[in-house]
Parts: sequence; C-alpha cells; structure tokens
Amino acid sequence: MPWWRGPALIAAAAFVSFLLSAIVVRWAGGAPISAFHYMFISPLQTRFGITESILSATPLIFTGAAVAIAFRAGYWNIGAEGQLLAGTIGATWVGIHAEPLPSIVGVPLILLAGMLFGALWALVPALLRTRLGIDEVVTTLLLNPVALLIISGLLNGPWRNSETGFPDSDVIAKSTQLPIIWPGTRVHLGLALGVIIIVLCWWYVGKMAGGLKLRAVGMAPGAARIAGLPVERTLLVAALVSGGIAGLGGSSEVAGVAHQLTTGISSGFGYTGVIVATLAALSFIGSLCVALLFGLITVGSFSASRALEIPSTIGEFVQSVLLLTVIAALVIQKYRVVWTRGKK
Amino acid sequence: MMNSQEGAGVVIHGTAPSIFLRNISKAFGETIALSDVSLDLRVGEVHALLGENGAGKTTLMKILYGLTQPDTGLIEAGGVALTINSPRDARAAGIGMVTQHFSLVKNMTVVENIALASANTFSLDLASVRKEINAASAKFGLEVSPDAVISSLPVALQQRVEILKALMSGCRYLILDEPTAVLGPQDIDSLLEVIKKLRSESGIGIVLISHKMAEIEQVADRVSVLRRGKVVSNSKVSGMSSQELIGLMMGNDEVAVAQRRPTQQLFGDPILALKGISVTTESGELNEVSFDVRSGEIVGVAGVSGNGQAELVRVLSGTLALDKGSVVIEGNTLGQTTPQSLMRAGVGMLGEDRHASAVHALQVMENLVLDCIDNFATKFQLKQKEILEHCESAITQFEIKTTPKQPLGTLSGGNMQKVLLARLFSRKPKVAIISQPTRGLDVMATRYVRSLIMQASTEGTAVLLVSEDLDEVLELADRVAVMYRGAIIGIVDGSTATRETLGQLMAGIKQ
Amino acid sequence: MIDITQEIIGSSLRIATPLALAALGELVTEKSGVLNLGVEGIMYGSAFVGIATAAHTGSLTTGLIAALVTGAAAGLIFAFLTVTLGVNQHVAGLGLTLFMISFSNSANRIMFTSDGGQVRVDPWRPIDFGGPIFSQYWITYATFLFIVPLTWWLMRRSGLGLKIRAVGENPEAADVAGIDVTKTRYTAILIGSIYMAAGGAFITLAFVGSFTINIINGRGWVALALVIFGRWKIGRLLAGAALFSLINAGQLQLRLLPSFSNVPFEILLALPYLAVIIGLAVSGRNIPYPGAYLKPYKRH
Repeated sequence: MPWWRGPALIAAAAFVSFLLSAIVVRWAGGAPISAFHYMFISPLQTRFGITESILSATPLIFTGAAVAIAFRAGYWNIGAEGQLLAGTIGATWVGIHAEPLPSIVGVPLILLAGMLFGALWALVPALLRTRLGIDEVVTTLLLNPVALLIISGLLNGPWRNSETGFPDSDVIAKSTQLPIIWPGTRVHLGLALGVIIIVLCWWYVGKMAGGLKLRAVGMAPGAARIAGLPVERTLLVAALVSGGIAGLGGSSEVAGVAHQLTTGISSGFGYTGVIVATLAALSFIGSLCVALLFGLITVGSFSASRALEIPSTIGEFVQSVLLLTVIAALVIQKYRVVWTRGKK
Repeated sequence: MMNSQEGAGVVIHGTAPSIFLRNISKAFGETIALSDVSLDLRVGEVHALLGENGAGKTTLMKILYGLTQPDTGLIEAGGVALTINSPRDARAAGIGMVTQHFSLVKNMTVVENIALASANTFSLDLASVRKEINAASAKFGLEVSPDAVISSLPVALQQRVEILKALMSGCRYLILDEPTAVLGPQDIDSLLEVIKKLRSESGIGIVLISHKMAEIEQVADRVSVLRRGKVVSNSKVSGMSSQELIGLMMGNDEVAVAQRRPTQQLFGDPILALKGISVTTESGELNEVSFDVRSGEIVGVAGVSGNGQAELVRVLSGTLALDKGSVVIEGNTLGQTTPQSLMRAGVGMLGEDRHASAVHALQVMENLVLDCIDNFATKFQLKQKEILEHCESAITQFEIKTTPKQPLGTLSGGNMQKVLLARLFSRKPKVAIISQPTRGLDVMATRYVRSLIMQASTEGTAVLLVSEDLDEVLELADRVAVMYRGAIIGIVDGSTATRETLGQLMAGIKQ
Repeated sequence: MIDITQEIIGSSLRIATPLALAALGELVTEKSGVLNLGVEGIMYGSAFVGIATAAHTGSLTTGLIAALVTGAAAGLIFAFLTVTLGVNQHVAGLGLTLFMISFSNSANRIMFTSDGGQVRVDPWRPIDFGGPIFSQYWITYATFLFIVPLTWWLMRRSGLGLKIRAVGENPEAADVAGIDVTKTRYTAILIGSIYMAAGGAFITLAFVGSFTINIINGRGWVALALVIFGRWKIGRLLAGAALFSLINAGQLQLRLLPSFSNVPFEILLALPYLAVIIGLAVSGRNIPYPGAYLKPYKRH
C-alpha cells in the first residue's frame, strides 16, 4: 500500500465535497470561489471573525471529545445531543437558583451540575448495555428527543421567563456566568475547559493504564476479556465519562454564552460531534482541530450568506458531504475493495 | 439422452456417472492441505473418507461442494470437467453436502429453509414445497414436520432437514461430514439405517467423513484413507480390519518416538485438578471430566476435533461457565471460573485462535503487557520505558522477529504466537492451558514453540496441552488423556503410547 | 363525547400514516440485517423534493414520484456505503440524515424563501366517506388498506421476503443456498427508503401543504423506535404506531380544554421513546434482533 494512498483518498474526498458544495453555491447564484473565501478565509481576517469561530467551535470541542472517547472504547454513543441538553438543564437549574452564591462557588457548581446531569443521562443506556447486552445505539439515540421535550416542558412550565412570559428561562445568576477569557470578545472559559478536556482525554487514552485498557476493549473486546480486562466496567466508565463531557459542553453553552435556556440552545451539537470525531479518526487533538474548522465554517457561511445571498445552511451542507465522502475514503484506504464479476 | 446444464458438466438420466477428483492440490499459505489427491466416487456406494485431524478430508469435500477452489487439479464426470465455483454449481452437478455446522436459518421453519434455494422474487409457493417435503420424507424415510421452526428441533432432526434439503435438490451424491459427531446412540443408529437405505433404494452415492471405525464397518463399502494431505489407501472395507485402517490413518512413524522427551520421574503435587466437569453447550459438551496435572508435568489432551476439547479449553480459560463440577488450583476450589479469577490463581492460557487473543492494532509491547497493565503503570501514566525493556527482553528471550512498536497484526503467524507465548510464560504461571500451539506454523516455529513448552514445564509449570497434532502430543506429553464424546475415554502413559493405541482410543475403541 | 372520540381516531389515522410508512420501511431494511439511521433525513429530503417538484410542475403526483425517486437515490447511496464498502452503519446513517436535511434547507432557501416566501401547494384533500374517521387522505387509505397488507405479504409470503429474512438472520446459510446477499440487502434498503420517502411526501403534499424547517420534527426517530417496539413484527409495530398516534391526537384535543392547558404534554410526546427503552429493559437478554444485525457480510 503506497504511503500516499491514504492522504490522496482523503484529498479526493475533500475535493468531491467542495465540488458538490460549489454546485449548490452556483445554483444559489453565488460564485463558488468567493463563497469559499468567505467561508474559510475571511473569518480569519478579523478578530471578530476569529473569536466568533472559536465560540461556535466550543461546544463541538466537548461533543467531539465525548463521542471520540466513547467510540474509542467501542461504545457507540449517539446520544451526545441528549447528554449535552441534560447538561444544559442541570446548568440552568443551578443558574436560576444560585443568586446568592459568590462566583468562586457558582462557576464550579454550574459546571459540575452540567457534567453530572450529562453523565446521568448516559447512565441508563450504559447499564442496559453492560448488564443486559442491549445495543446502545438505539437507546442513546432515542433519549435525545426526550431531553429536548423535557426542556420544552420546563420552559413552558416552571421555568417560563418570569418577566416576559416567553418560553425561555430567566437569565442565570451573574455569579454562575463563565468569565470571558479574551477581553473584548465573547470567548469564555468554556474554551479553556474544552481544551483541557481534550488534553486530559488525549493523555488518559494515550498514556495512562486505563487508556490502554480502554483502547484494547474498543479494538478487540474478546482478546481483552481473555487478557483479563474488565470489559463491562470499561464500557460503563467510558459511557459515563462521555456523557459527562457532553453535559459539560452543555453547561459551557448556557453559562458561557447563552446565559439562559431556550429550546434552540443546541443546533445539533451532539450530532455534529459525531461528524467531528469521525473526521478526526477518533483522535482528540484531531477533534479539536476539526471542531475549530467547523466553527470557522459556521461563521464563514453566515458571512457568505449575507454577502452573496446564498443560504447559511451551506456550512452544514459542506460538513455533511465531507463526512460521507471521507468515511468512504477511510474505508477504501483500509481495505482493497475487490470488484468481482462472478467468480474466476 | 444427454442433458447438459451450463457450467455443471454432463448429467445423464439413468445411471449417473462416477465423479473423479483428479490430482487435487490445495495449500493455505505455507500449510499444504492436499497434495495430488485423486479419488473416485460412484453412485449406489458408501465411500468412507478416513483421516486424522488436519489430514485434508474437510478441505477436499469443501472443494467438491464449491466452498473453496483447488490450486491445481480438476473434478470430472462423464469425461467432462465440472466447473464448481459455488454450492449452487455443486448442486447443479448433483452433489449435495451436509456440513458439520448446519446452513439453516434458525428462526424460520423447515419449509422456509428448504424453499430458500429455489425462491423466486415474488412467487413463493410454500404449499407446493410442503408437498414436495412430504413426498421426499416418504420416499427417503426421513420424517420431519414441515412447519416446525428449526430452533425448536433437536439436533438430530435439524440434521435430517439438512439431508432432506440436499436430497430434494436432486443430488446423486451426498457428502456427510462427521454426521454422527452431534448425535446420541439411537440417533446414530437411525442415521446409519438412513444411509444404507439411501444407498440401496435410491442409488445415492454417499461420501462419509468419519473417524469412527464402528460406523465405517457398518455402512461403508469402500474406504479411502487420507494422511497429511495424501491418499494412502483406497480399498473395500470388507478386506480391511479396523486395526489396519487405524494404522494407515495414523501412520507408523517411529521418528516421533525418538523425539520424545525423557520420562520425568519426579513431579510435584497436583496443581490443577478437574473434578467432574460437566457442561452442555450448543456446539458440544463435557461429561464428568476429571483428571489432574502435576507441577512440571505436561498432560496432553488428544482426540478428534469436536469431542469436547474446545469446550474444555473454554472452561479453563474462564469463558464458559460450568454446569457441574469444579476446578481446583493448588487445593483451592475456584468459586467462579472467570478469566480474572483463573489468572489470579496462577493459570495462564494460550488459545487455539491466536487472532482472537491478539489485539492486532495495538503494538507488540502493548499486547505483551495486556494482562498485567497495572504492573507497568504509575497512577498518572504508563511506564513506557519499562514496557519497552520488558518487550525487548522478551524479543531476545523468545527469538521473536519484530520491533517493539510494530502493530501485532503485521507479524507472521509464528511470531504472533511467540508474542502470546512470551506473555504467557513471562509471568511464570503455575498452570498453563495451551491449545493448538503450532497450528499453521512453519517447521522452525513449530520446533521452537515446542521447546518453549518443554522449557516451561522444566521450570515447574503444570502444562495442559490440547492439540490435534498427534505428533506434538506424543513428543511432549508425559501422560495423554484422550477425549471422546465429551468424556475422557482413557489416560495413557506418554512415553509408551503409539499412534496406533491413541488412534484406537480416539476412534472410540476402549482398551 | 362520541364526537371527540371520533375526532381523535380520525386524527390519529392521519398522524399514523407517515409513521407507519417510515417504520415499515425501516423494518424491511432491518430485517435484512442493516440499521438505517437515515430515516429522518430521507423523510426530510423526500418531503422537500416532493413539494418543490409539485410546486414547479403543478402536479402533486409528479411531486410524489420525485419524492420516491429521491428516497431511492438516498437508499442507493446508503447501501453503497454500508453494504458494498462496509462503512460503519451508524455514522453513515447519521451522515445521510444530516446531508439530506442540510441539502433540503439550503435548496429551500435558494428556491423559495430568499425573498421571505414559502413553497406552498394546494395539497391533496381528505376524501370524505362520512364522519371524521372515514375522512382521510388517499395516501392514508392506501397505506393502511394496501401498503400494510402488501408489506406483510412481501415479508411473509414472497420469495424476496424469505431471502431478506434469511440474509438478516444467517447470511452464511443464505449464501450457501445460492442467495446473493449483497443484492438482497440493496433491495431491502431501497424498498425501505422508498417507503420512508412516501412518509415524508405525505406530510408536505397532503398533511401540511407547505415546507418549513423541521417539517419532519423527529418522526423519523419515532419510526426507528416503533420498529424496535414492534420487535420487528408488522402487527406489533402497527399497534405501537396506533398507540402513539392515539396519544398524540388525544393530547392535541385535550390541550384545547382550559383545565388541561397547564399540563406538560411533552411527557406524552416522549412516550414512544420511553416505552421502547423500558420495553427493552424488561425484555432483558431476550430481544430478537435479526441474527446478522449490524454485521456487514464478507464471504470468506
């Protein structure tokens, strides 16, 4: 297998993605080169563009890491969306009741609540898998809409805004709001937390005993079991950690930028996290890079849509086409797909 | 009247022609499975195929049934070469097969399973298939209820469905691969009657793969003996005694005896004791298995594959729970046989499928410490340097051709096996359960692995060696336990055992 | 009281139509051993293409056909990725969903909403045979009176259905019997995606008559839940669809009553999902997954 085959296939995938996106841009009446310039280059040219890209990327850093760590263990957590939303519920609950607390307590508390609620949301599917062998794909997936419904119920009920009567929550206490770490921008502590999580995951999975066990279980659970590794316990821990990270991402969104809960708090961050992790081939540093790239694309497609009158959803389009083409490329690279026309 | 079917050769109404396998050779990588094998099959005759494990019987029949292709050689009938690239082609050529693992869809009914082979896209006439089944049942004397769900049928009846399926496809030849392996005594008698009936009344040519002398003597007309991929004999059954047949099957190699390890006089106490182990699984069973292995002793477990060896290994590796009985290590009865509890008690294992024990994507050095990772780590990180050193010393000690950081999956079979053995022996286990250690390895690697095993026993490890390779067992074992139908049929002294005596036991003939 | 009951039943039949179609399609797919998480996306994309075509050509029927073709195309892509290439099925399905949704939203923006408008058609109207229960869209009649029995016949009585079930249960045995596993799985996936497309088209071409963001609103995920709730049996699946549609229709009516205006109806909407999870937990290790579920087949 020549060394250049892998990168060449990925490049081909990227090329196809851009081609398809260019067609859509053309159809919308815009010039593709110009659109890609807006999408990838222009946000990097202003401080505002850069920081807004980082802001958009922040939740994806969490969900990318969450998905990556679960998938590495062989636990197919498709429920990062729901776990993130559960995190927003926990964070909001702390946020709207924490008025009297000082910042030094409020901030850790809101973050902890997010993590806890996220992990709890991941618990039931994880137990069903490890105790009863029930496939986790469907159980984690189906809890996603349930989390959203709970938010809707809360916002239409006890958490309805006390001033406006609209179905969004009160603004959370100042003491629980995350500090801005880049003065003059909206970039908040969540970014730093996200990067810390990435580094911790990278260290744990790559350099610690527990991480080696996790990788072995994910790659070959049968061989791991024969070597005496606790397969079920490893899966359970990976699932809970995954949920916790996603939940933390949720509280980062609420406490860091939104400062209240709405039904639109997540624009599919959990699902995008699956794309991010997959495109990064489940690596953590890679997930950070892809998350930042996606943040760039999101911001860039907004400016492209304003300037060129193309739909802002072009960004999501690029992301999803990239996913489909890259997973095909990754598989073709790993094996030689043998085309047979009948035998011999 | 000549009827020709595309790609299947020539089928003549009336007397079906004999089928000739000519000069068939097949190798899997370095292992030669079949070497210039020629065989002829005739209708209205039961032709037994005899040979020990790995002699090539199943491979030969798989070629005949289109499940695999020969490297050289051909199959012909009526002077025309047959193209058999799939089971479908084989069936078109009039060849049917009942494999050891049935090709049945468990949650569908008998009718549905039989209808599969002839299912068109839209029309599915289960009613007429049902009629055909009833007619075939009556004709061949194989009663089944067509609407029974396969999973609800006992194994003997499932096998009957497989036979009926083959017969209904109009086969003139029926291959049966160790059909009595999964049957109880009454069912065996019924099956033998069916075989006789098929031969005499329906003129079917039956190929019977078996290692059971009694059955061969009862039903077979001719017998071909395969040894190490070659045909060593082809004769009428009536002219041979079972002694002769076993002798031909096993060979009278004296070479192995010269390589025997010197009789060990002094062993310690029993380290591993099995007491009345019984387990029933879908694939096989164990029946009150009891024996012990002493410190420094090598006990070989021999037997035709499928007589409970795999289940024994699974029990002792902690992946199969016991129904009855217990495992005792150094006098302590193990409450639960899990991989962890066995490991803690000092039992190590080398499984028969190295690919199932290897994490291919991890590095060699990572695989080496997989069963004791915590010993090579601090609270905060893995001790990479120590893992590397451990690996390097293993590479030297065990002569493994690799570098520490290579992914295990890139190693050759022999080297992968050495890595797994290194992992097993470097923790100096009290007991080592070793299964098929040299399967698929070349001569050098085989010799080396065997010397490793002997070395370990000299250092005090109690070794249980489960192997289908009789030479291996004879060379290494101090005592040999032969398994037959899930039980130990006999334990003999290793230094005086011969291929003949073991062959007898393996064929079910008690001394 | 009778009137409300009839309203509820009538309404629930409408609600059940796209669910039943999508769920039946997913059932056929999963019976062949493949999990298609692209349901939501296929419904979404087909709904959009259907109404866009209908608006453009002025013919609802042409729109429906376009929707079905879209479904088939999506199914082909998915089958190629998962059956031929052997890509991870969850990721491929999710990717397909996100692709279809983002494409549809983009196209919608380009074609219809850039100047604040919205694509609208004059949708199919219910055909009234008297009373709220028998006043349904033709697609609803077609679904329950024709498609459901057809699907049952397909899976239980046709050769293709037998092959699909065999391939999903024991592809090795099917291969030995001479069945083309790849072709069969492609067929099952295609049938499934066409059904899903019909479900999506129903919503835009009959139920609503226009296209908005989030038009499918999670019905695809409900369909997935229904397949598992039904333990891959058509009867149970429909019972589940009936149950959830009744509850859904019921809560819509109840919401209008002043005494119920504060009750969180979200609980009822969450019911399908929770019922499946609880059901799975109760069944424990006895869940009759198709034997080859999620396992790509490669001949040795």
